[in-house]
Amino acid sequence: MTLAPIEVVRREAVVPVPAYDPDARTPVGVWLKANLFRSVGQSLLTLAVAAVLLRILWFVLDWGVFNAVFYTTDPDVCRAATGACWAVVVEKHRPMLFGLYPYDEHWRLVLMMAIYLATVVLSLWPRCWNLRFLVPLWTGAVLSIGILMFGGVFGLPYVPTSEWGGLPLTMLLFTGTVLIGMPVAVLLALGRRAPLPVARGVSVVFIESLRGVPLITILFVAVNVFPLFLPAGVEVNKLLRITVGIAIFFACYQAEVIRGGLQAIPRGQYEAATSLSLTYWQTTRRIILPQALRISLPAITNHIIAAMKNTSFVIIIGLFDILTATTAVMQDPLWRRFYIEAYLFVAAVYLFFGYALSRYARQVEKWIASGRI
Amino acid sequence: MTHSAQIEPTGAPVIQMRDVSKWFGQFQVLHEVDLDVGKGERVVVCGPSGSGKSTLIRCINRLEVHQSGQIVVNGLELSDNVKNIEKIRRNIGMVFQNFNLFPHLTVLENLTLGPMLTRHMKKAAAEELAMHFLHKVRIPEQAQKYPLQLSGGQQQRVAIARSLCMEPEIMLFDEPTSALDPEMIKEVLDTMIELAESGMTMIVVTHEMGFARTVADKVVFMADGRKVEAAPPEEFFGNPREHRTRAFLDQILKH
Amino acid sequence: MTDATPGRLGKPPTRRPKDLLYSESFRTALYQVALAAGVVLLGLYLYQNVVENLGRQNIATGFGFLDEVSQFEIGERLIDYSSRDSYGRALLVGLMNTLSVSAAGIVVATVIGFAVGIMRVSTNWLLQRIALTYVEIVRNIPVILQVIFWAAVIRNLPAPRQALDLWGLGFLSNRGLTFLLPAAHPAHVWMLAAFAAGIAAASVAARMARRHREATGRYVDMLWPCIGLILGPPVLVWLGFGAPHELSFPERQGFNFTGGATISPEFVALMAGIALYSSGFIAEIVRAGIQATPRGQVEAARSIALRPRFILRYVVLPQALRVIVPPLTSQYVSLIKNSSIAVVIGYPDLVNIGNTVMNQTGQAVEAIAVMMTVFLAISLVTSLAMNFYNRLVAIKER
Ligand SMILES: Nc1ncnc2c1ncn2[C@@H]1O[C@H](COP(=O)(O)OP(=O)(O)OP(=O)(O)O)[C@@H](O)[C@H]1O
Ligand SMILES: [Mg+2]
Repeated sequence: MTLAPIEVVRREAVVPVPAYDPDARTPVGVWLKANLFRSVGQSLLTLAVAAVLLRILWFVLDWGVFNAVFYTTDPDVCRAATGACWAVVVEKHRPMLFGLYPYDEHWRLVLMMAIYLATVVLSLWPRCWNLRFLVPLWTGAVLSIGILMFGGVFGLPYVPTSEWGGLPLTMLLFTGTVLIGMPVAVLLALGRRAPLPVARGVSVVFIESLRGVPLITILFVAVNVFPLFLPAGVEVNKLLRITVGIAIFFACYQAEVIRGGLQAIPRGQYEAATSLSLTYWQTTRRIILPQALRISLPAITNHIIAAMKNTSFVIIIGLFDILTATTAVMQDPLWRRFYIEAYLFVAAVYLFFGYALSRYARQVEKWIASGRI
Repeated sequence: MTHSAQIEPTGAPVIQMRDVSKWFGQFQVLHEVDLDVGKGERVVVCGPSGSGKSTLIRCINRLEVHQSGQIVVNGLELSDNVKNIEKIRRNIGMVFQNFNLFPHLTVLENLTLGPMLTRHMKKAAAEELAMHFLHKVRIPEQAQKYPLQLSGGQQQRVAIARSLCMEPEIMLFDEPTSALDPEMIKEVLDTMIELAESGMTMIVVTHEMGFARTVADKVVFMADGRKVEAAPPEEFFGNPREHRTRAFLDQILKH
Repeated sequence: MTDATPGRLGKPPTRRPKDLLYSESFRTALYQVALAAGVVLLGLYLYQNVVENLGRQNIATGFGFLDEVSQFEIGERLIDYSSRDSYGRALLVGLMNTLSVSAAGIVVATVIGFAVGIMRVSTNWLLQRIALTYVEIVRNIPVILQVIFWAAVIRNLPAPRQALDLWGLGFLSNRGLTFLLPAAHPAHVWMLAAFAAGIAAASVAARMARRHREATGRYVDMLWPCIGLILGPPVLVWLGFGAPHELSFPERQGFNFTGGATISPEFVALMAGIALYSSGFIAEIVRAGIQATPRGQVEAARSIALRPRFILRYVVLPQALRVIVPPLTSQYVSLIKNSSIAVVIGYPDLVNIGNTVMNQTGQAVEAIAVMMTVFLAISLVTSLAMNFYNRLVAIKER
């Protein structure tokens, strides 16, 4: 077989090709062409979508900013305006944020939230991750928050948990859920992977039956059935029961995530630990869990964010979290037509905390990837 | 290498296996295997893939459970008894084909974990011990790194050092060089040879016949879960008795 | 050194009681028995407390209450029910409502979710960003807030007199969503039956075509014949009945509408809330599914000269579906569970009615047990179906 000679046509590069630079910015024109105006159809689509988008944006600005009323104590001013009435949030922010808590004691909640946020922010910072710092920090935080919320000492009037409410309550429910739920989740996940068949069976039944029912039914159990489980005369605070209920529900989902992480650990890790004669618990705590939790971190954060959203379910059993409080405030006949503004505000609060959590989670993933933690 | 002239096996058997059989489900992996290893003795186990070499040595520290026969280590029988298992495991170090280092711990933490948790050593003492063995395997400067930042050969040497930190009397090696690039095999083998010269009792599953020839006191050939032949290296390589051994050696030495 | 002579090593072991304590299998058994006993004892203890507490509060136990007369009305129902019917029937009405709102929600969530999910992988940057923004917003606002929000929106819509006109097709007012419908006609039932028969015929035909292809190697394009088989019979039935094409238009009348069909405000709000919330998650599932088929797979399929339709049918879809279907079904289940939010806005679903029953009878344990059992059954059936599906499509690995 003979091959035809290949004709070589030499072409000079017309444009000098720049050396590859990963950090180089794509020229604006090139980027626009690639991402917005690839073809005639794409260009038309882009223009049409942009037009609609601008129209919506204009409407939102018009309604939400230009014609909005930001401050007034008179609902009729809002009524007269064509735009949003953010004044409802300003006017009603105290009952929305603090619920039924006695009006004159609201400063305690402000202080509580400051302490809470400071504590959480500090504990999320890897430099603070040693027990010698965290234990006193949390002990101090829990004590001072407890004193502030309950009162009854240092001349602070006593406030029962039934009057707690608003954003502080949401924060307490969320924190309680995660603090109680995570250890339970780890135990359930370990149970489901345990060498003992009975432990596996118990964990599977527990996890799957709780995952199979809506959170509401678990809240009903916490409120209506749990008291029946206790012997006569013993009572557990309703807020605590509800927190534990949400926490266990959260734990069942989290357990499945952690189990995924456990399954990803190669058998060799167990064998190496065994050949160093580590016990089951030593192996689990020092070798397996640290790796499994790192692997499942993205999914774990998703469920933690979900837990924050799920605290809003307490509206069904009448706890005054920020959503319940807002809904109650919106019964006020003078202001209730501005419900959209009020709910947008509550949504913004959830979006803010959810966004903060997911940004933090992404940072943690970066730390893990860089071997910092 | 003339180590065998210097250290003679004392003869007191530290590992005795009698009629050891094991099944995975219906499939018999080990058929009545007998093996005795004396103190300071170095045994190389070889054989075709799937012949049960790994299973054999994994039975010795009960990573696998044998179903019949007897395994006695240092006079203690390996049975269902957790106390015995623990004592025996503490005396045995194991090195795996794919290192099995703990990726989330630094090299130093990998080494100190065992001594601190199972031998209850103080942290300072454990670190001193760890550095001692890191010097032995010639990578003290890598102590603060994470395993995945090291080359394969370095990782395997860390794994050897990790086992040595438990100060075992017996070391098991399961194809310690099979996962390594050729240029790294030598550094690991050198480490193992030094270990052998220090008088450690060793059972090594390997296809490195050069290592077997120079270091081993006894070469065991396995096929289909049976111990086919066991002999000193001169005899094993010079004058194998069984035709299967010959076939295996022909094949492996051809390359 | 030569191997020692065979035979037993060392002295024969004498079993002492202490050995038993150190025996691994004995310990394993012991832990398990202890665990099982603990669980059983805890259960017995709780049971006993419940019985005692109920006895003290004079609350009846057992499911006898299901047959008692409920004495409450339910506004929205798919089956006959009045306040003289039993609690059991009331709960059944609730279950039907749960299922209907969930079914509607699943359809809406799926349509929006797939649309947004496809937009998420669009090459058009603007569409991609819009889709991403949508997803982030609907996923991160609590579903219950979304439901309450839509309920408030509908409550604040104008009354029927000033209802929003939906291009002549229906109205949106504080009475809910009203829309036109073909006037009721006996043909409809037969058309439905014909439709079902058409689907059955199409699947048989498709299987026969595949057999034929496998046996002879000749490919018969079944796409259009199947569409014809599914849509043809209902159309024929419709024509057979003389093509009844009368429509029932909703009309404003006084404070309400006549004609057409009306969906209650609660239904619309609940459906919108749970469907939009789920659509965000479904969009992400779809995106992941689309991105799961590596480019190389399509190129490999082209390189063996598969027709584009075969590439879609035998290479892309199976891989995408394997990624999409399991999380999609669990999204559906969680949508069904979210429908229990109904209780906040007063839609009479299973949980809402269960709650009423619980308050009237005081039999919290039984009422909650009914709700939990129903939802558990739904989850179980779904996960069984899912396992079956997974077994069907699993790549045979190892
Ligand atoms: N956990 C297990 N379950 C079932 N079969 C197994 C298991 N482990 C090993 N086997 C089987 O037992 C036989 C012996 O395995 P083993 O790993 O001991 O062989 P080997 O001689 O070490 O082979 P290689 O040189 O490939 O490492 C093989 O056929 C293997 O398939
Ligand atoms: Mg092997």
